[in-house]
Order: sequence, then structure tokens, then C-alpha cells
Amino acid sequence: MSFLQNDVPLSWYLLLSAALFALGIVGFLIKRNLITVFMSIELMLNAVNLSFVTFACQWNAVKGQIFVFFVMMVAAAEAAVGLAIIIAVFRVRATLSVDRIDLMKL
Amino acid sequence: MSDLIFKNYLWLAAIPLLPFCGFLFNGIVGSRLPKGVVTTVALLAPLLSFALVVRDAIALYGGGPAFPSPYVETCPFPWISVGALHIDFSFVLDQLSLVMLLVVTGVGFLIHIYSVGYMAHEEGYARYFSFLNLFLFFMTVLVLAGNVLLMFVGWEGVGLASYLLIGFYFQRKSAVDAGKKAFIVNRIGDFGFLIGIFLLLGNFGTLTFSQIASKLAANPAWQGGILTAICLCLLFGATGKSAQLPLYIWLPDAMEGPTPVSALIHAATMVTAGVYMIARTHVLFDHAPFALGVVALVGAATALFAATIGLVQNDIKRVLAYSTISQLGYMFLGCGVAAYSAAIFHLVTHAFFKALLFLAAGSVIHAIGGEQDLRKMGGLRTKLPVTFWTMTIAVFTIAGFPPLAAFFSKDAILYAAFLQGTYGKCLWFIGLVTALLTSLYMFRLWYLTFLGEPRTKDAHPHESPWSMRAPLVILGLLSICGGWIGLEHFGVFLAPAAGALHLETKIPHLELYLSIAAVLVALEGWLIADKYYRRKTERPAQLAAAVPTGYKLLANKYYVDEIYGAAIVKPLLAVSKYLLGWVVDTAILGGLAWLLAGIASLAGMILQRWQSGNLRSYAAWLALGAAVVLLFVLLHGSSFDFAVAVRH
Repeated sequence: MSFLQNDVPLSWYLLLSAALFALGIVGFLIKRNLITVFMSIELMLNAVNLSFVTFACQWNAVKGQIFVFFVMMVAAAEAAVGLAIIIAVFRVRATLSVDRIDLMKL
Repeated sequence: MSDLIFKNYLWLAAIPLLPFCGFLFNGIVGSRLPKGVVTTVALLAPLLSFALVVRDAIALYGGGPAFPSPYVETCPFPWISVGALHIDFSFVLDQLSLVMLLVVTGVGFLIHIYSVGYMAHEEGYARYFSFLNLFLFFMTVLVLAGNVLLMFVGWEGVGLASYLLIGFYFQRKSAVDAGKKAFIVNRIGDFGFLIGIFLLLGNFGTLTFSQIASKLAANPAWQGGILTAICLCLLFGATGKSAQLPLYIWLPDAMEGPTPVSALIHAATMVTAGVYMIARTHVLFDHAPFALGVVALVGAATALFAATIGLVQNDIKRVLAYSTISQLGYMFLGCGVAAYSAAIFHLVTHAFFKALLFLAAGSVIHAIGGEQDLRKMGGLRTKLPVTFWTMTIAVFTIAGFPPLAAFFSKDAILYAAFLQGTYGKCLWFIGLVTALLTSLYMFRLWYLTFLGEPRTKDAHPHESPWSMRAPLVILGLLSICGGWIGLEHFGVFLAPAAGALHLETKIPHLELYLSIAAVLVALEGWLIADKYYRRKTERPAQLAAAVPTGYKLLANKYYVDEIYGAAIVKPLLAVSKYLLGWVVDTAILGGLAWLLAGIASLAGMILQRWQSGNLRSYAAWLALGAAVVLLFVLLHGSSFDFAVAVRH
């Protein structure tokens, strides 16, 4: 692949992926808004996708890219279901704060 | 086509399966059908079985087309096949099983007919007949079995049927208790039988009767040792089923069942299974002289013991129960002196006259409205003529008067005992004393029931219906003629299956002298009974008052039940309740369970704090866990071959 044969080393891609993933985790942990939390999850998924593609190029293997398609597919489905759930929750609880959606507590 | 099938096979499997079909039919749908249908099915099953047995008997020994004897029929697929052990469902018809089958299905059919009249007004009519058919199924399996294990199946099965029928009136606690007692005491005996089977398997590697016999025939010098142990175990099983010392205690209580059941199961057929088993395995006993001696001793002791108790019982059925135990003792005595065919001979005649005695007693009980106490009977001779005359035949038969059946069979056993080696004369003497007592208690029963004045005024006895009288008459005829074949012919016929008789003696006319002695003794018993229970009716009470200890001992059956209760049952219950119940169950097992539950609930109390319902705290724990796992992988990375995983 041409862009990898340029001077950008492998580790940069991985570092970017790690940074995106960490951002996703932090967002997932500290944000209260359910939609933001949901977006953080998407962020983590895409960080992983980046790693997949990077390694696919590195090893000249197509499997990694195929995996990315699967992840995207699942993410799309998840987005559809997840947003539907969020809307349903909002209708019932009139809030999107995850701290107040705690019906599962003992 | 059908001709071909019938000519080439004896259809042994159908003999047990017909009653089994009757059991299934009446057991499942019988209670919803009219009585006529139930009766037809219930009677047809044993009748067809009996017809089949007769046909097979003619085919096998009637000079017809040649079947090999013994005739073996094996189920095409194996029952148990593990390593070298191979056990089939195989049925064997030889002289021994044939005689037994004729008795079981023949007498069984008669008692089925009798039951139609006796049980006509009872609740659970269909249930009764389905159990009766079930009994015939298991009994014929027991008799036909070609190996010890299949015999054991039948053995357990008849125990089950016996239990069900003793407890037939399950609303009555005494009947339920008697059923349980019979079952548990039989289980104790079965334990011995099982150990015997295991020993047989371990030492012979086979359970098939014919293979055991051929292995023993190949080693004529093999005597005693493990064979004695095997035989004693088998004997213990037989004492349970056949109500011998020390396990006879269940049989008198088994009289709680309906009277035809007492006649069929607890007099004529099932209780003789022990005798049949010993005759069936007689090759083993022939190689274990000590065990054979024990058999003779058990038989003689039981015969005398039970006869003395029978003298003072007041319940008509209990007198007959002790008489059965005593007569079974005779059969064991016959087996113990290696006169197996004499024992089987007595088994056959006993099946006739004891079934007759019970059925006649049932007819009496039926006639006077369920009363069983001898002291409340009397004077029934004119009221119940058929019952009286058939009962009279039976009483004279069991007492041993010629030319009735038991005269021949009992004498055969006594004669064989007399000729038996060192202690034979002693056994013969015990047998003779027992014969005196037998005659005495049977004539006592006869006098108290039928003669003298009625002792209950308001009773209106009525003769039983024909369905009850017909079996009485047939059994009466059989009790008269059943012994006319004589031991000579019977022994020769049975010899291939039950061993030849060895009754050589140097004393001329010995058998005649012994017979005369036996008849004189029987006459003496009659005279004593006549004196005590007809001419001087106040004497028995005076005698009882004169020796109160002896009378009490007999009336309370030597306190055997009480002794067993104190020595075995009570300690066992105490151990169950205190050691097993409180210590093991409550303290140890219960404590362990509580401990485990406590740990779980403690862990739950701690862990439930994690269940905050707060999504972000869950996520934090998730991330923390993932981080820990990642850290672990990084630190111990060498043990995970990631490179390989990625490349492939």
C-alpha cells in the first residue's frame, strides 16, 4: 500500500488508534448523557477498526479489512437498536442521564 | 403356515406373557369396564397359559414330534453382554419346570375362578385380578428362567405381587403393615440370594443353569469351600421366600390379604419358590454336603416349630399359615436329604390340598360374614355341605391318611430322611412328631369349624356360589388322586432335571413299616383331637391352665416377633433415628448444607454492592477488568503466541 510505504511509521497509526480508544473509554466513563456514551462506544469501535486496517496493510493480509466490514455492520445494527432503546428510555424516564437510569439496582 | 409355526416351537414366552397382557389390560382400563369383561380377560389369561403348558407337556413328553429335552427358548437379542459375561432372556422347559408350571397355571386358574365368586362384592375388583395376573406372570418367569438372574427377576416380581395383594385392603393399617413386613423380610432373604448370585458369577463366570451344571460335572472332585458359601447364601434367600426359620415371620401376617391370595401365593405356589430354587440348583447342593445338612436341619426345625404354634392359634387362616410353614419345612427336609423329587412331589400335593384348605376356609369365612375366629364357628357341617366335605378331604389328606395324596408324598420324604446317613433317623423322628402335631391341629380346626353346636347364634351361613364350589371340588379330587402316581414313577420322570433318588436299603419292607408308623401317628392325632374337641371340650382350657407358661409361649408364637422387635427392629430404628437421622443427617449433612448456603449468602451480601444500577460504575469495572487482563497478557506475553495467531 502506497501510504504505508511513505514515511509514516506503523507505530503512529497504532498510537492514534490507542489515543482514540482511550478517548472513547474516558468519554464512556465520565459523560452522563446517554447519547454521548453511545458515541464513545462508536469511537472505541472505530479505534479498533483503525488497528485492524493498519495490521492488514502491515501483513499484506486481507482478513483484517474484512473484519472491519463486520465491525461496521455490527456497529450499524447496534446504532439502530441502541438509538431506539434510548428513545424508548427517554419516553419513559424523561431523562437521558445514565446516573438516573438505575432501575436495575437491588 | 400356522401349522408349521405351531409344530416347530413350543412358545414358552407366551406362557408368562399372556397373564402379563391380562395384567396390563385390567390394570389400565379394567376399572372403567363392566365386571364381565374384566372377569373374561382375567380368567382367559391363566386358562390359555395352562392350555399352552399342557400342549407343551404333550409335545415334549407325550411321544409326539421329538423336541430336545430340556427344551430351551432364547430371546434373539442378549439381555446383558459385558466382557465375558453374557446373559440371555432364556426359558427352559424340562421335567422340573413342567411340573411346577402345571401346578402354577393349573391351581392358579382354579383360584382365579374361585376369586370371581369370593371377590364379587369387593371394591377394586379389576385391581385384584390385574395383580393376580401379574403374580402369574412373574411366577411363570421364575419357573421358566434358564439362568439365575432371570429367576431372580421372577423372584422379586412375585414378592412385589405378594406385597400388593397382602396390602389389597389398603384402608386397613394391619394389612398395609403386613404387606410391608412381608416385603422387608423377603428383601433380607433376597440379599442372601443376591450375594449367592455374585459368588456364582465370580466363581463360575456364568449364571446359566446348564453351564453351571456342566462345569460342576467336569470337576467332580470340587466339594465344599466356596460352593458351601454359595449354597448357604441361596438357602438364606429360600428361607425368606419360603418362610422358613429364621425368616418365616412374614407368612402368618400375610393372611391379611384376601383368602384366595393366601391360597395361591402364600400356600400353593410362591412360597414353594424356595424349594423349587433349591431343586433347580441341586447340582450345587450335591457338591456342598454341609449346606445340604443345613437345609435339612432348617426344614426339620421349621416343620416342628411351626406345627407347635399351629396347635393353639384361634384364627382359622393363621392355623393354616403355620401349617403351610410346617409343610414347607417338610419340603426343605426332603431337599436336605437330597431327595429333591420327593420334595417336589410333596410340593405338588401340598399345592392341591393346601389350596383346597385355604379355599374351603375362605368359603367358611365368606359364608359367615368375614368371621375368622375358630371359637365363634362350629356346627357348619349341615349348613355348608360342599365346603364341609371338601375340607374333610383336605384335612384327611394333610394328616396323611392313605390313599390320599399327602400320604404318598409325606411318606416319600420321611422315608428318604430315614435312609439319610448319620442323622437321618433323627430327622425322621422330628418329621414323625410333626406329622402327629399336624394331624392334631388340623382335626382341631375341623372339629371347631364344622362339628358340635354353632357358637354364634345370629349368623346365617349360606353355601358359596358355584364359582367357589367348583374349584373346591376339583381340588378335592386332585387331593385324593394327586399322589397315586407314586414316588417311584415321579422320581424317574424328574430324575433328569432334579437328580436321581438313592433309596437303597438292606432292611426288607422298610418303607411299609415307616408308612404304618406314619398312619398310626396320624390316627393318634385324630383321636387326641376327637377327645379334646368333641368329647371333652373343657379339657383344652384345663390343660392350658395347668401349664400356663407353655401355653403362653405357644399362643404368643414363642415371642419370636417380640424378640426380633427388641433385638433387630428397635436397635435398627434407634440407629436410624439417632445416629443416621440426627447425627449424620441433621448435624453433618445438614450442617454442611447450611455452611455452603451461609458462604453463598455471605458472598452474595458482599457482591451485591457491585450491583449499583449505575451504568458508569459498571463500565468502570469493565474497563478496569480489561486493563488487568491486558496487563497480564503484556507481562506474560511469552506464553501467548500472538504472532502465530495473527499470521494464520
